[in-house]
Amino acid sequence: MERSMLSILAHHKSKSTVEKAAAIILKGCAIVSIIAVLSITAYMFISGTPALFKVGLTDILFGQVWAPTATHPEYGILYIILTSILGVFLAIGIAVPIGLLTAINLSEIASKRVRKVVKSAIELLAGIPSVVYGLLGILIINPLMYQLELFIFKDSLTHQFTGGSNLISAILVLAIMILPTLINISETALKTVPDDYRKSSLALGASQIQTIFKVVLPAAKNGIMSAIVLGVGRAIGEAMAILLVAGNSVNIPLPFHSVRFLTTAIVTEMSYASGLHREVLFTIGLILFIFIICINLVLTYILTRGDQHE
Amino acid sequence: MNKIKVISLVFLVVIGATIFGCQAKAEDPYHKVSLDGSTSMEKLMNALREGVSEEYPSLQLEPQFTGSSSGIEAVLQHRADIGNSSRALKASEKKKGLVENIVAIDAIAVITSKDNPVNNLTHQQLIDIYKGKIRNWQEVGGNNQPIVVIGREAGSGTRVAFEELLKIEEQCQYANEYNETGPVMAKVGSISGAIGYVSLDVLDESVKALSIDNVEVNQESIQSGKYLLQRPFVMATYGPIEKQRKEVQDVFYYLQSPKGQKIIQSVGLMSPQ
Repeated sequence: MERSMLSILAHHKSKSTVEKAAAIILKGCAIVSIIAVLSITAYMFISGTPALFKVGLTDILFGQVWAPTATHPEYGILYIILTSILGVFLAIGIAVPIGLLTAINLSEIASKRVRKVVKSAIELLAGIPSVVYGLLGILIINPLMYQLELFIFKDSLTHQFTGGSNLISAILVLAIMILPTLINISETALKTVPDDYRKSSLALGASQIQTIFKVVLPAAKNGIMSAIVLGVGRAIGEAMAILLVAGNSVNIPLPFHSVRFLTTAIVTEMSYASGLHREVLFTIGLILFIFIICINLVLTYILTRGDQHE
Repeated sequence: MNKIKVISLVFLVVIGATIFGCQAKAEDPYHKVSLDGSTSMEKLMNALREGVSEEYPSLQLEPQFTGSSSGIEAVLQHRADIGNSSRALKASEKKKGLVENIVAIDAIAVITSKDNPVNNLTHQQLIDIYKGKIRNWQEVGGNNQPIVVIGREAGSGTRVAFEELLKIEEQCQYANEYNETGPVMAKVGSISGAIGYVSLDVLDESVKALSIDNVEVNQESIQSGKYLLQRPFVMATYGPIEKQRKEVQDVFYYLQSPKGQKIIQSVGLMSPQ
């Protein structure tokens, strides 16, 4: 049997069955993920849209009061949406400079030993479960923020004290969490820039820093953009860590306000929600889902545009 | 060829096992007791179901969690044997023939950080703090320190009980809302001006429980009914327990036995006796 299998000509019938069977199995596996995506999309729309009609699109998207268990319930999530958008973009704003400069350092400047140490630190950072970030936030960032809050609002009569659980804490935690994604992907992007570019630039008399910022960075633009978009995706979908540090009250997203994100809005109330309240939570899930689809479309656009250039 | 044989064999075994498993499940010789009602009693019911099935292997509890009022309604319409209610029965409900069997007491402790000098709040002060009228511990005899008001998420049983008992539904202004007891304890323990509420069973050394209207929260004050923030867990039956089916009686006997009492304590509740 073994021997005949090795021959090219012998048993071609059974061999072609093997080939066909293998092809079917491989296709089947590919279909599983397609089915998963399609069924999740269908499920999100089926379970997320009824509440939109029952409550009213504008009442949900632009309503400012979230009181799901009141006798006259209101399901406005404007502040929740704004919090998610603002929080994620500020976190990106903090993380991108740090992440990008780290990536440049790693790929262009650092010696092998430094590289090894920093790389393993980043991998460790990527491997830490998000709930651990949350615990560190509640035990370290929140008390520090509380001191700052006490100092800033010392004589304020109107400020509601949050004990440090506020938008800033959430942004800081998010920024740290997306650093590994940013660093790893932008470093790979920088590494794929051909060495000829660097050598030509240096040969023309440019300094190393000039070479990095005027030649290598522009050449790696697409990869860096996709790193940022992936970072946005990771940040907007994060729930566990910010559940612990953001305070979870629905408020206008101002730095020292306790805020609720789209993800935490679902997680906080899902366990006991029922009826329309539960359906609205699914609608929030749908909105989050649409956000993430948009981010992915942007990512695909960036990547295909990159392909056309090269 | 061999691979295909192996794969198809595995498939057959899996399919066969599934079908066989389904068939085995179909017949069951259990006596069933149906319970319907309060979502707050879910923890107790699930623990009780496990306990009962150990003691009486043929007895199966089927709890549903639809809310106190709908559980009471279910018993009145004979859709359930026992109606779980996390509030005392109304006189009108008793008139219709329901019997209020209080099986446990759920108590809520109000907690602050240990370094807070305040030891007692009147219930009016507590209401004003949660409504946002009192914003500094100075106003209730403490340090000059802002109050950080912490609570549970909308829909949580503890929050519903707390707000109902103080009659401040929909009026609370929370600075932080958490979906579990753990973060409430962690936050109150680590922020010196914080106030929060948790069910009695999770109290530990990391926080300080406040007295309400000069009544300390402990077993004695709860059982005597002096402590304000408590509610009964009622398992209502249509007519007295002695007139129920034997299976239903067994559930109540089990609850009164030492094992049943242990279960009540294990889910953080107090025995009414």
